[in-house]
Amino acid sequence: MSSVLCPEIPASGFSFENCRRNTLLETKGFAVPKATKTGTTIVGITYKDGVILGADTRATEDTTVADKNCEKIHYLAPNMYCCGAGTAADTEMTTQMISSQLELHKLYTNRVCRVATANQMLKQYLFRYQGYIGAALILGGVDVDGPHLYQIYPHGSSDQLPYVTMGSGSLAAMAVFEAGWKRDLEEEDGIKLVRDAIAAGVFNDLGSGSNIDVCIIRKGSTDL
Amino acid sequence: MVAMKGENCVSIAADRRFGIQAQTIATDFQKIFQMGPHLYVGLPGLATDTQTVMEKLRFRKNLYELKENRMMSPKVFSAMLSNMLYEKRFGPFFVEPVVAGLDPKTHEPFICNMDLIGCINLPNDFVVGGTASAQLYGMCEALWEPNLGPDDLFETTSQALLNAFDRDAISGWGATVYIIEKDKVTIRNLKTRMD
Repeated sequence: MSSVLCPEIPASGFSFENCRRNTLLETKGFAVPKATKTGTTIVGITYKDGVILGADTRATEDTTVADKNCEKIHYLAPNMYCCGAGTAADTEMTTQMISSQLELHKLYTNRVCRVATANQMLKQYLFRYQGYIGAALILGGVDVDGPHLYQIYPHGSSDQLPYVTMGSGSLAAMAVFEAGWKRDLEEEDGIKLVRDAIAAGVFNDLGSGSNIDVCIIRKGSTDL
Repeated sequence: MVAMKGENCVSIAADRRFGIQAQTIATDFQKIFQMGPHLYVGLPGLATDTQTVMEKLRFRKNLYELKENRMMSPKVFSAMLSNMLYEKRFGPFFVEPVVAGLDPKTHEPFICNMDLIGCINLPNDFVVGGTASAQLYGMCEALWEPNLGPDDLFETTSQALLNAFDRDAISGWGATVYIIEKDKVTIRNLKTRMD
């Protein structure tokens, strides 16, 4: 028997104990509250000296704007950041967990983490949950091999590309990149391109809006 | 359910109805719970989960305070609640929590809300939750202004809540407003339309 002095150690990972009750309630006509989605435009490009990530700052619950200035560029490691689209809680929690694993990995190996490592950790985690964790991510960072940019889908597949967009505003943003992206862009031109891509999402996609966040990752320094 | 920030004070308020769809069962149902001298949590949603989550929170918070021998700050409390809800990502508790309080050391105002799977939202004006949230967003956007004193904050919160739930058929039947200040907490029960 558990008590305060001798507590039962809870099982780690997700708990499914409410599932049966919840399906029953749903069949009886209980209106289930909806989770917050990001309904997002997130983008990333590589430029001459590193990676630039961009995101809008709107979070939605159905059609209601739940948060007018939320942060969608999540910290992973000093040399790595990650934009998240999809279910807001999933992107937040997934990046938090991978960030803590990367910190431990860094302390264990005494090296700066590679972006490929983070990509592998994220995709293996998402694949394990078969797409039920609704996190669509753009991972960007600079390591010993130079700048890297990945896009990771909720089902656990990933691509390494020079310029990527995700979220509901991805089509609008990709149109801007297809027109304007060039190899070895200058930092200033890169920031402007990212700004324009997110602005295209903000104005042409109803799920995206409010402000524009930009994160620049160079070798040895980052600006948010 | 609504919480607002003011000048060195915060408010949290909710209606008092407990019903099964359109049938009202009780008009003295508590949805806001005291978790510390300056820390309150509101748990609108499924009544059984309101109480289960509140008891789980109280247990974990008490254990933390005994172990650490210090008060739990609203920020830590919210992180704990968020993790607790996310653990049940695939079979959630049907509550949309609102946290309001002052930091035990600095007395800095703190408000936040989260969705039913623990995604925290930290604005610096106001947060809402529950069935009348759409109406409350409208009222709060119109009435809230920065640096309200405790008396003005009470008036703003009450008016926002009252007028919002008069436009929601399944909210109302009385309301409770808590104004949390550094050296006192004022609890007022509002008389409202009972239909």
